[in-house]
Amino acid sequence: MNPVRLTGRAAIGLTRTTGRVAIFAARGLGRVWQHPAELARQVMQIGWLSLPVVGLTALFTGAALALQIHSGGQRFQAGDVVPAIVAIGMVRELGPVLGGLMVAARVASAIAAELGTMRVTEQIDALVTLSTDPMGWLVSPRLWAALLCVPVLVGVGDVIGIMGGWLIGVNALGFNSAIYLSNSWAYLESWDVVSGLLKGAVFGLIVALSGCWCGMTAAGGAAGVGRATTNAVVAASVGILAANFALTGLFF
Amino acid sequence: MLAVRGLSKAYGAKQVLDGVDLDLAQGESLVVIGGSGTGKSVLLRCILGLETPDAGSILWQGRPLAGQRAAFMDRFGMLFQNAALFDSLPVWRNVAFRLLRTMPKAQARALAIEKLARVGLRPEVAELYPAELSGGMRKRAGLARAIAADPQVIFFDEPTTGLDPIRAAAINALIRGIVDETGAAAITITHDMSSVRSVADRVALLDRGRVRWQGAVAAMDTAGDAHLRDFVAGGTGR
Repeated sequence: MNPVRLTGRAAIGLTRTTGRVAIFAARGLGRVWQHPAELARQVMQIGWLSLPVVGLTALFTGAALALQIHSGGQRFQAGDVVPAIVAIGMVRELGPVLGGLMVAARVASAIAAELGTMRVTEQIDALVTLSTDPMGWLVSPRLWAALLCVPVLVGVGDVIGIMGGWLIGVNALGFNSAIYLSNSWAYLESWDVVSGLLKGAVFGLIVALSGCWCGMTAAGGAAGVGRATTNAVVAASVGILAANFALTGLFF
Repeated sequence: MLAVRGLSKAYGAKQVLDGVDLDLAQGESLVVIGGSGTGKSVLLRCILGLETPDAGSILWQGRPLAGQRAAFMDRFGMLFQNAALFDSLPVWRNVAFRLLRTMPKAQARALAIEKLARVGLRPEVAELYPAELSGGMRKRAGLARAIAADPQVIFFDEPTTGLDPIRAAAINALIRGIVDETGAAAITITHDMSSVRSVADRVALLDRGRVRWQGAVAAMDTAGDAHLRDFVAGGTGR
């Protein structure tokens, strides 16, 4: 086939899908607070139950970052900047991105698998026959729960990551505990923290949107649910990295 | 009560429904039969608004259904082919799903247990999750959910698929009993001839997207339509 025609067809397909996803997101977010009990359940599922994996990721990332900065910084007598670099690196970049990616792996797949199974087993059609809007019952609580919870997870991850760096700094790199903590806060600005939390909110929306869209549009039985789950994780991960680049350019 | 006029639906080049006309009277049990892929499920999905027809209209109480779908759905119940119970909710919450919006939890739960008893399930089943039920129990629970809010219109989609003959006969008897008791209008789609004979007042044969034959269930065996005769003979194993 003509390559120009192929490119045009791909561009139209991408534009059409982008538009559909945008409308889907707007419809989902617009049905806020229709089912508060379902929202609370999703806050538990997406927020509370993601805490261990996000916390452990932040702890090891902060510790590894301290080792790397100390080792690399010593080449130009800058080993002392470990606390500030760990703090800034965690809150501006690594906390939101790695936290978002871990939530993507855990939550986007779970949402896509659950909604995809509901789609192929007619449970979503059953909701319609029970006078219940699937967007309000299934999609909206997940979008809002992720949007609200991921920034909190990022904030907790930031603190745990800095503590990971502090543990290594004090126990392995010879830093004084009080000086390490003092230097951690000294170079940190409020916008560093706020921008990281805003990133977390956007990443949370991307994760839940990927899971909900792929799940709600799943078709073709068990194989279709498998494809939806894979697509959701890939879309969420790539979406987070692309959005991180765009937001970093916008914020700084 | 419910009328389908000239309903057409195509997927690409495949014309699934091609001008279907059907009527369903108050208290009547209509069974739509037809081979696989003849558009039975698509017909139900179009009536429910889950698919958008290419042409035709659906009337409820003489007026277009599209303008009064919410009111229709409030008076509607459906048993899905595989019951379609919500995995994340216990059985009683599945049955009481619609009721929980209009009455206190305790009252909805009591009514759900009453409906479960009507379909032959013990109160202990109420606390189980759908994954813990056998196929026949899931169908019964789905049936209890369909009748929980005393609907005026009930659809049954392949109600006996996947069940052994004894359980299938029990489900057919339940459906017939519920339709007689409640006076609801019912559409059942199936290719199981024992279901047809147990459940139907009237039968419509769908073939190539059109209603090929329709009439009283008693007239089915003496009808002159060759395809219907083949279908009936094949269905009864003759």
